[in-house]
Amino acid sequence: MRLRRTLLYVPGNSPSMIQDCMIYGADTVLLDLEDSVAIYEKDAARYLVRYALQSLDFRDTELAVRINSMDTPFWYDDLKMVVPAGVDIIRLPKAETSEDIKRLDEAISEIEKNNAIECGKVRIMVSIESAKGLINAYDIATASPRMVAIAIGGEDFTADLRVKKTREGRELFVARSELVIAARAAGIDAIDSVFSDVNDEEGLKKETEMAKELGFDGKSVINPRQIPVIHEVFTPTKEEIDEAIRINNAIKEAEAKGSGVISLDGKMVDRPIVKRAERVLKLVELLGLNEEERIC
Amino acid sequence: MLNAINREIPEGFGVPYSGDMIEPGGRAVGHLVKSVRPHEDKVLKSLKDAIIASGLKDGMTISFHHHFREGDYILNMVLEAIDELGIKNLKLAPSSLNSCHEPVVDYIKKGVITSIETSGLRGRLAVEISKGILGKPVIIRSHGGRPRAIESDELHIDVAFIGAPCADKYGNLNGVYGSSACGALGYAMVDARYADCVIAITDNLMDYPIEPISIPSTLIDYVVCVDSIGNPEGIMSGATRFTRSPKELLIAEYASKVIINSGLFKDGFSLQMGSGGASLAVARYLSKVMREKNIKASYGLGGITGPFVDMLEEGLVEKLLDVQCFDLKAVESIRDDKRHMEIDASYYANPFNKGCAVNNLDVVILSALEVDTDFNVNVMTGSDGIIMGASGGHSDAAYGAKLTIITTPLIRGRLPIVVDKVQTVITPGSSIDVVVTERGIAVNPKNKELMDRLKEARLPLYSIEELKHMAEKMTGRPDEVMFGDKVVGVVQYRDGSIIDVIRNVVD
Repeated sequence: MRLRRTLLYVPGNSPSMIQDCMIYGADTVLLDLEDSVAIYEKDAARYLVRYALQSLDFRDTELAVRINSMDTPFWYDDLKMVVPAGVDIIRLPKAETSEDIKRLDEAISEIEKNNAIECGKVRIMVSIESAKGLINAYDIATASPRMVAIAIGGEDFTADLRVKKTREGRELFVARSELVIAARAAGIDAIDSVFSDVNDEEGLKKETEMAKELGFDGKSVINPRQIPVIHEVFTPTKEEIDEAIRINNAIKEAEAKGSGVISLDGKMVDRPIVKRAERVLKLVELLGLNEEERIC
Repeated sequence: MLNAINREIPEGFGVPYSGDMIEPGGRAVGHLVKSVRPHEDKVLKSLKDAIIASGLKDGMTISFHHHFREGDYILNMVLEAIDELGIKNLKLAPSSLNSCHEPVVDYIKKGVITSIETSGLRGRLAVEISKGILGKPVIIRSHGGRPRAIESDELHIDVAFIGAPCADKYGNLNGVYGSSACGALGYAMVDARYADCVIAITDNLMDYPIEPISIPSTLIDYVVCVDSIGNPEGIMSGATRFTRSPKELLIAEYASKVIINSGLFKDGFSLQMGSGGASLAVARYLSKVMREKNIKASYGLGGITGPFVDMLEEGLVEKLLDVQCFDLKAVESIRDDKRHMEIDASYYANPFNKGCAVNNLDVVILSALEVDTDFNVNVMTGSDGIIMGASGGHSDAAYGAKLTIITTPLIRGRLPIVVDKVQTVITPGSSIDVVVTERGIAVNPKNKELMDRLKEARLPLYSIEELKHMAEKMTGRPDEVMFGDKVVGVVQYRDGSIIDVIRNVVD
């Protein structure tokens, strides 16, 4: 399990933004070769991203590059430049079928082979941006062992539905839920769409809370200022942590007694509750919350 | 010879900096005793009339304040009148100079101005000075060093020209009313007390007496009314707003955490902040934690901004001591709120009195153009060696505060900000406790307690050398600036000793 609470978009043609993108604490940075780069700058951006991957110290940040979609002439050249440069994840936009993923997987495998990179090292994350993509979400999510996450691209998706993207997000409710279900069924992460009003902190918080409630693991981010808000939402609350510790202690107690039944406050703790507590404790561990923070 | 921080100080410019404050001696000077007869009219028809009445002659010293910042009309207006009167060879001694004072270049060329003593220089004037246009080096003083120099007669002002947003006919002045309102008149107060002749220039002449009185009529010789003394937009230059820059916000967040974990963050602590984006963002972060922990600051000091006023109004800060207002909110507050008090520059930062306000500071947040691995700070010259800033209250507040925090990006443009040796030292590293950048924090090893506390708080700590390497890894090492042999600026430390000199840049 890896934290992917925030995926920070960074335009692949902006040296100053690329230079600083790792300092804001995003779990993943997404160097973008797609929408933020004009067609006549694609080539320059590829070089910039390649050299950035090779020369900058990104600390522990997971490195993803969003390549151009597979219906463009750019995606393969993108791959050839960034896969050998040490990228962790290739993010494919506008995924619609499992065939897309299989083709992408094969192309990455070939480049890995040609560059003596361990086969399968580079992972894939896709974004679903159309009704067709959503219908095929589970097939897409399971199309390659490289798949680690699927995301929803809210703007394109609502455009495809012929509706407007609203602050409340009712029009995306079903799509978000279905995406999470597909991700869970495939055992990979689900990433929510960006919240585009960077000055509306309250709106961002609400949408992130909703995403967390629906089961998303993280959210894409277009401005570093959004990162702390999202991290706060995805950080287990003190109550959740206390509860998880108590459940964990009850499990240990039951094990010590050799009892198969776990009980807490006179009530039986069943398997789903144990699973939830385990996930909270795993998050606590990944977030490096120390003993003091856990207790108080 | 080398001074205590290894800067080469040529002979003849004064006593080299010793590594600590010189002990004062002697007596302060008094002002010239004068009288005004009953019912005598102090209002003169024109600036020229006032200059003639002041007895200004070749070789004298004139002074101005910089409360109007980039909106100042006074200095250029006065120099124009002086030039028309044919007076030459003057020493210009304002509290600071801005880009709007570009016409001074022409008056230097004409021989009207032949020497300058100031806190700062900006724009084309600064560029020309850096190239060596002036025969004598500019003397750079801090905001505390200037009143020290005036009170000891090291800087003797013959005629002070004081732009007054509000004045009555007998010469009582304040800065809080009128279209050119600038709030506090802290820098002008010292000039008014010690200059041989004081001319108030206003565009808002009122009947006697006005209220409040910042500078009393007992110190004013003449009053002149003109159409306009300043441009409100320039007066409120660098309008204070919360930054939206993620990098500045990150620096501010780290700086706030440094304060919160310093051991000084408790009820009754005191604070000075600058007017830059990162400083103001610190105000916001700190306010949040002060609310949560029910901590109140006893006083806020310095140039005062709207966000500091917000803290006063919310009760997070008990009092504000204000030597200059940076925005309209601060002007309104100093006018209407008794807890927001106007102080003069000597009260603010003069090291040679019986206790200035910076001495009681717990925390100050300051900026930097460059910091070196000895923690020396440059706020005066750019990476190209050209003068572009001001000494201000930097070294004063840094000396006074228990915790001096420098906030700066590690890289600006393509330039590393943490370097081996700064171009010009304004504040010695001995006064600096911690440097906060977006990529990490370096604590001065002299403050071991702070280092331990911040380690405990798990802040991203590095040595200053590590920060330097981090910057250079991305930027490379810039070529050294080519300087000539001519000394164009002499930087006084707040006690008057020479902490550094600025040499002319070679094209």
